[in-house]
Amino acid sequence: MDYQLIHKTVYHYSEPVTVSQHAARLEPLQDARQVALGFNLRVEPLPDVVSTRTDYFGNRTTVFGIRELHKELVVESSSRVSVSRFTPPVPGLSAGWREVAGMFRDPVSPQNTGPYEFCLDSPMVRIAPMYAHWAKRSFGAETPLLAGVVDLMERLHCEFEFDPVATEVATPLEAVWKERRGVCQDFAHVALACLRSLGLPARYVSGYLRTVPPPGQARMQGADASHAWFSVFCPANGWVDFDPTNNLIPSDGHITVAVGRDYSDVSPLCGILTGGGEHTVSVAVDVIPLG
Amino acid sequence: MRVTSEAEQASLMSGATIPPPPPYREAVGGGLAAASHWEGLMGEVRAMGPQELSRRFESARRIIQEQGVTYNVYGDSLGMERPWELDPLPMLLSAPEWAGIERGLIQRATLLNRLLADCYGPQKLIHSGALPPALLFAQSDFLRAVHGIQPASGVFLNCYAADIARSPEGRWWVLSDRTQIPTGAGYTLANRLVTARVLPEAFRENRVHRLAGFFRQFRATLAGTCARPGAGGEPRVVVLTPGPYNETYFEQAYLARYLGYSLVEGQDLTVHNRRVYLKTLSGLEPVDVILRRVDDAFCDPLELRNDSILGVPGLTEALRAGNVSVANALGSGIVQSPAFRPFLPSLCRSVLGEDLLLPSLATWWCGQESAQRTVLSNMEALDVYPAFGGGVRKPATQAEMREAIAFAPHRWVAQERMRFSVAPCWEKDGFVEKPVVLRVFLLGTPDGYIVMPGALTRAGVGTGASGISMQDGSTSKDTWVLSEQPVEEVTLLQSAESRMELRRVGNNLPSRLADNFFWLGRYTERMDAAARTLRAALLRFSPETGGSELEQLRPLLRTLEAQDQIPPGSSAQDRSVEALEGDFMEALYSQVPARAGSLRNLAAKVVRLAMLVRDRTSNDLWRALSQLEDSVANEMTSWSAGEAIGLLNRVLLLSASFKGIVRENMTRAQGWRFLDMGQRIERALSLCTFLRETLVSAQAGHPSLLESVLEMADSTITYRSRYNLLPNLMAVYDLVLLDDTNPRSLLFQLEQLEKHLERLPRRGAGTGGLVAPDQRLLIQMLNATRLLDAQELGLNSAGLERSETAKLLQLVLTLLPQLSEILAVTYFEHSNISRTHA
Repeated sequence: MDYQLIHKTVYHYSEPVTVSQHAARLEPLQDARQVALGFNLRVEPLPDVVSTRTDYFGNRTTVFGIRELHKELVVESSSRVSVSRFTPPVPGLSAGWREVAGMFRDPVSPQNTGPYEFCLDSPMVRIAPMYAHWAKRSFGAETPLLAGVVDLMERLHCEFEFDPVATEVATPLEAVWKERRGVCQDFAHVALACLRSLGLPARYVSGYLRTVPPPGQARMQGADASHAWFSVFCPANGWVDFDPTNNLIPSDGHITVAVGRDYSDVSPLCGILTGGGEHTVSVAVDVIPLG
Repeated sequence: MRVTSEAEQASLMSGATIPPPPPYREAVGGGLAAASHWEGLMGEVRAMGPQELSRRFESARRIIQEQGVTYNVYGDSLGMERPWELDPLPMLLSAPEWAGIERGLIQRATLLNRLLADCYGPQKLIHSGALPPALLFAQSDFLRAVHGIQPASGVFLNCYAADIARSPEGRWWVLSDRTQIPTGAGYTLANRLVTARVLPEAFRENRVHRLAGFFRQFRATLAGTCARPGAGGEPRVVVLTPGPYNETYFEQAYLARYLGYSLVEGQDLTVHNRRVYLKTLSGLEPVDVILRRVDDAFCDPLELRNDSILGVPGLTEALRAGNVSVANALGSGIVQSPAFRPFLPSLCRSVLGEDLLLPSLATWWCGQESAQRTVLSNMEALDVYPAFGGGVRKPATQAEMREAIAFAPHRWVAQERMRFSVAPCWEKDGFVEKPVVLRVFLLGTPDGYIVMPGALTRAGVGTGASGISMQDGSTSKDTWVLSEQPVEEVTLLQSAESRMELRRVGNNLPSRLADNFFWLGRYTERMDAAARTLRAALLRFSPETGGSELEQLRPLLRTLEAQDQIPPGSSAQDRSVEALEGDFMEALYSQVPARAGSLRNLAAKVVRLAMLVRDRTSNDLWRALSQLEDSVANEMTSWSAGEAIGLLNRVLLLSASFKGIVRENMTRAQGWRFLDMGQRIERALSLCTFLRETLVSAQAGHPSLLESVLEMADSTITYRSRYNLLPNLMAVYDLVLLDDTNPRSLLFQLEQLEKHLERLPRRGAGTGGLVAPDQRLLIQMLNATRLLDAQELGLNSAGLERSETAKLLQLVLTLLPQLSEILAVTYFEHSNISRTHA
């Protein structure tokens, strides 16, 4: 499926901003299932310098600075991307989860060091016995890895409530865990904490959902903003995505922008300002299927 | 790589206890090492006798105090700054022994630098299996954002320090590595200056290696890391500090001053077009090299940890562009993790093709299964602690510790305990032997590492991997590395001078410091005025005060209200004497924000501001101000006017000595200019506020009230010398407002301000013959003042509050705060950093 994407963020500040620096991760990822067909970033006021590179995790990152007095900032990205359909592996046929976790205990074989990086603590997700304990209910001694993850995703979807006002970007995972509510970012973080606490490699994925669902299907949660889900490393299949907010395995309705250890590695747009006072932000995302 | 003998190992495993061997005695020797190099020094100090030694060591204490050598202790209720502890009896090392340490540490630094280059580059050691991946990936200090950035000089580890200690059999072991921000080189320098002054004969005769050469190399090497050589001129190097509350702030300021670098905070720097600049009064100045004392992850809130404002947003991007160099490279903290230690011998062989010369104290990283087993079965004999920091807390009980290790073994290391060698220390009036740990400093030059021929020795209690920390009240020592040949006679101070080019102006003042100086000036003057007003009120107040006397007190009370010294309404007619006494107590001691003008609140503010400019001011200045806080610290138990007046006199005396030091000892540079402007503005405002209150009083012409005007303006003596009669309304107002020879008059303040404004660096408005907005306001006030004739007060029939004088006061009280605001907007733009997410 081909898409035209528009992601527009507008900041309004109560006081003028004198200097600001921003980092954006808005350009869709190029990988086996996704071909990027074009990307454009528009910033107003005009930045003094814009530099784009591929970061440690393979994401396209743009850094820019603005040195013009402003009270409004517009960052609009537009891209075209082609996503291929994904047939999920049969969960019951995947390797046993203990066997997979065993691959990531010392000594870790050099060819597994890539996924191993996603087994460990990250800035916003710290492993702890309480997560392992909860996750174990989905992972019996012989449970195949993906069957366990499907079950974990389902429980997460049922036991945690989607609540767009309960949390903010900086809400610690422990608070989400206690309150049992949050947004897609929090759902993904909880899943990462559970899987990593079992010693399994799991990473954070940020991206988009198609705005208007195919005929006859319901509109998905998170379709009007940037979305987030998680991905599990399965030796036979590589990284397999799971969307706990919508309780499904993504196919060509999900567009991946960036992957990392958690939100802090892939934050779509962040900024450090001098001045500015209070700010309000509005975000509009349009994901239009082409043809 | 174990310290312990086989017999001890066996006992460690079986759980039996055998008595630990006695510590190695530095001044006695034995086993592997001799101690003949101590004979000279010990002979000399013994010959001096205990009395002479006590006298000299007391003078060492005084020098430390005078120089303001301090160490900040977190959470210390007795005031944050502690004097630095120095035992003037040095630690000695013989030439051959030092040669061994030097070789070992050079090799170690070289290895650690290569490890950093690999971790932040190709990661071959991980791909080849030589390094367990967790050692890198599990560290919160492994900064992915700087992966792939090559320092222009090729050196990641510019400065390195190692803590070493000697085991009972006389061998040196490395306790820990400092690769992120190796602290202590400045304290080593301070220790040397004091020790060499206290024991000059011994210092000369023992052929002690000098430290100056190392610091000269340090300057040259840092300049050499400049990413853009040939950009013209000497590269601009700054020392980036987390600020005055950091534990080693003294050292940062001391080193910056010694090396001739600007000491800056994150908000003094800004990134523009992928280049780092220092914000100064005259605009942005490019920065080439940053010697940082801010932790790895805090250096750039945009791309590293975003919950910190200590760093410089955009620094990482400037590094990527190769426009600045940072020493040590961002992220260099990873290799100081104790988890690396068990792997150093094999890494040394595979990376350098050599055997590791200096062993580390035995360490087990629990991420390895065999090591984990060893640790779990020897928990009592080992020190277990977090392998990577990053907020991991050590559990309280051993059972919980076992669980924590079992759940996430890679988070933990265990280290063997060792009995450190002991060296003689001076205590009260005799020698005692205390365990010692040495911190040795290395510098990465283009031709390899060099070692500072000296060390920071800490003496106290300790056996573990954490060594001996200055946080828990141990003492430090200078370390003399003895030479077999005569040493070059060069003192540090001479060398510091000989390489200086002469200059009449300092580097441009960072605008944050100008801001702090300005407010220091305003607040010291505000405190002065507050104390004067209160003293004048107390002198006129007695329990019998009433009638017209109270009327003369009222303008003073209203001024105290306006200064937020006493609660609003205190000047009301029906206020009881007891209530007023309570108000006065508040004016002295209140700490609530509503009484912002209380003496205690003002003193606290003044001391805080003084702290922020400390590295730009003399120690005398600091001492005068820090006594202020002490003098208002002890509250009176019950009201005593006499005691209160005594206290106010003390405060005014300290304030006078502060002003004296400023006037006599501060260079007429930008810092002084902003301090003085602050004082002038505040003095003019205080004077006008009080005069406005007296002019509306029915008793405005009463001699007693006019006396208080003269007291407030410190002009009593001048008045008497001129008029020799009771104060007269017109004569008094002329003297305190319009007389430009009276340094306390309004006109004098305005004229001084005019001179300052003419000398301020100007950009845009105020250049090219144009008058800047601040100058425009000042001209308005000056003209109005100069045109006033105090005689009009006598001729005025419409009431004094409608007089021209009253209008002038109102004009100044309106325009002067505006002028202050313009200065702030023009010169102090630096604060209010915030962050956004979407």
